[in-house]
Amino acid sequence: MRADFVAGAAAAAPPADPAADTPAIRLRGVHKHYGALHAVDGIDLDIRRGEVFGLIGHNGAGKSTLFKMMLGLVAPTAGQIHIAGAPVSGRGFRAVRRGIGYLPENVVLWDNLSGLETLRFFARLKDVPAAECPAALDRVGLAHAANRPVREYSKGMRQRLGFAQALLGAPQVLFLDEPTTGLDPQAIRAFYDTLATLRGQGVTMVLSSHILAELQARVDRLAVLSAGRVQALGSVQQLRELHELPLAVALRLAPTDLPAAEATLATLRQALPAGLPGVAGLAPQRTADGLQLHCPRAAKMALLQALAPLGPRLLDVLITEPSLEDLFFANAGHTRPPQEPR
Amino acid sequence: MEARQILALAAKELRDRLRNRWVLAVALVFVVFSLVIAYAGGAQQGAVGLRSIEFTIASLVSLVIYLVPLIALLLGFDAIVGERERGSLDLLLALPITRGELLLGKYLGLAAALALAMLAGLAAVGGVLWQQFGRAGLFHYAGFVGSALLLGLAFLSLAVALSVVARDRTRASGLAIMLWFFFVLVFDLLLLGALVASGGSYGGEAFPYLLLLNPADVFRILNVFSLDDMRSLYGLTSIVPPALANPWLMAVAMLAWIVAPLGLASWRFKP
Repeated sequence: MRADFVAGAAAAAPPADPAADTPAIRLRGVHKHYGALHAVDGIDLDIRRGEVFGLIGHNGAGKSTLFKMMLGLVAPTAGQIHIAGAPVSGRGFRAVRRGIGYLPENVVLWDNLSGLETLRFFARLKDVPAAECPAALDRVGLAHAANRPVREYSKGMRQRLGFAQALLGAPQVLFLDEPTTGLDPQAIRAFYDTLATLRGQGVTMVLSSHILAELQARVDRLAVLSAGRVQALGSVQQLRELHELPLAVALRLAPTDLPAAEATLATLRQALPAGLPGVAGLAPQRTADGLQLHCPRAAKMALLQALAPLGPRLLDVLITEPSLEDLFFANAGHTRPPQEPR
Repeated sequence: MEARQILALAAKELRDRLRNRWVLAVALVFVVFSLVIAYAGGAQQGAVGLRSIEFTIASLVSLVIYLVPLIALLLGFDAIVGERERGSLDLLLALPITRGELLLGKYLGLAAALALAMLAGLAAVGGVLWQQFGRAGLFHYAGFVGSALLLGLAFLSLAVALSVVARDRTRASGLAIMLWFFFVLVFDLLLLGALVASGGSYGGEAFPYLLLLNPADVFRILNVFSLDDMRSLYGLTSIVPPALANPWLMAVAMLAWIVAPLGLASWRFKP
């Protein structure tokens, strides 16, 4: 783990509840080797109770292996994994797993069972009263299809049924692997509403998704995995600040005012310290309705002050924080794919 | 091991096989084949119809040796690898159950489905025998049915074991067919070939005991040596030592064929 990109550990306030001192999930020195391939290569991680934690990484980064190890499906080559203070495998595994809900990336259920029968099957295996099943179906909006065989379910309905089984038994830790795959926008919103409710109830959630825009506003912290290691860890804002990613700035100007604005920006560039990271991004590019540039976070106020003399000729200023996608590409060791010109 | 979880898994497997009409289809196959073979089994000797319970069993032994292993292997070959390939295995293993419970639950559910189908088929012949000959001899027939069930369970155990070790369903199905060929068709030929090639000078005494390495042969010995008429019919009295004529010993051998592959499967089925 690169220490300079790890944020949040020092910022955490001391918990009032002693039980809250134990992380919901603790990984120490976790490795998983398949011969010469180091799928997971030394991960130390604490996921706090009640936290919504994002796990992102490109294919082959070690995300799935880490997920499976946290669930006890794959034994680590080295290291220890504890859920709520107990090892995920071993004598107490049953009690640990009763407190876990898991929604896999591709929910595959049994076609000849109805939705309600599917949940009853999971309820028996989880030691949960069967009476909970109709309510779980209702919670994911499948009450109307309770008695229909799963083979008649759409992909989105299967995903929701998978979510319902994950919620059985009121788990305290939820592992959600690409949870919105196959869901329509309305169902995605309903899904995240449910997650918000669960978050309010103190449920710890570990989410992975390739749709980074979905995670951005919904995770408390996240880890960027690459080559089996945590390359960055912290809240989205902490990672933005630590990584010093530039802000995207769009200036709306009339075509006749473009030269004046470009001259202003050139003056600003010369006034800023030459060693300031990202200062080259201040060189603007013309767009259909003005200019766009990348401004170092430290130069934001200087930029605004420099633009002030343009007065009413500056029709609009749009400053955008780096997205989770930007952070991902900055940390995962991959170059961002070229952007289409606007 | 928690019985509740095992029973839940077994009940689901059985319900799956009942719903997709597997049990019904196999039961019909058994009814048709066993009735036809029971009736026409003596045709080689120039007579048809039910002659005696012993001859009926002798006719059905061949049917069971060919059909039951095949059905059991086809039933169980994808028990685990199928779930793994479909992607549902991880979901099951993330539940508060052990791998052993999953394996045993699946095995018991499949075993119940196989037993139901076989009993339905063989009970039809049992009913005809009862009508024809009364209660006398039905004890032998019940023993035959029991041993046929054990044979099915032994091959089902082999099938579940290969479903654990196979990488995918295609390989598992190929292995299942190979196992069937090996135990039902090739094994005895290999033994006989070795015996003939060596002129009986090497391993002649061990030969009968090597039959224990094949559950189909254990079934054959169990049924052939339980009835006098059948011993003479098969002409095997001279080559099988009296020690192997003990039905209980053979039943224990068959139980070992059920337990050992399951034990191997449990050992290999680790995270």
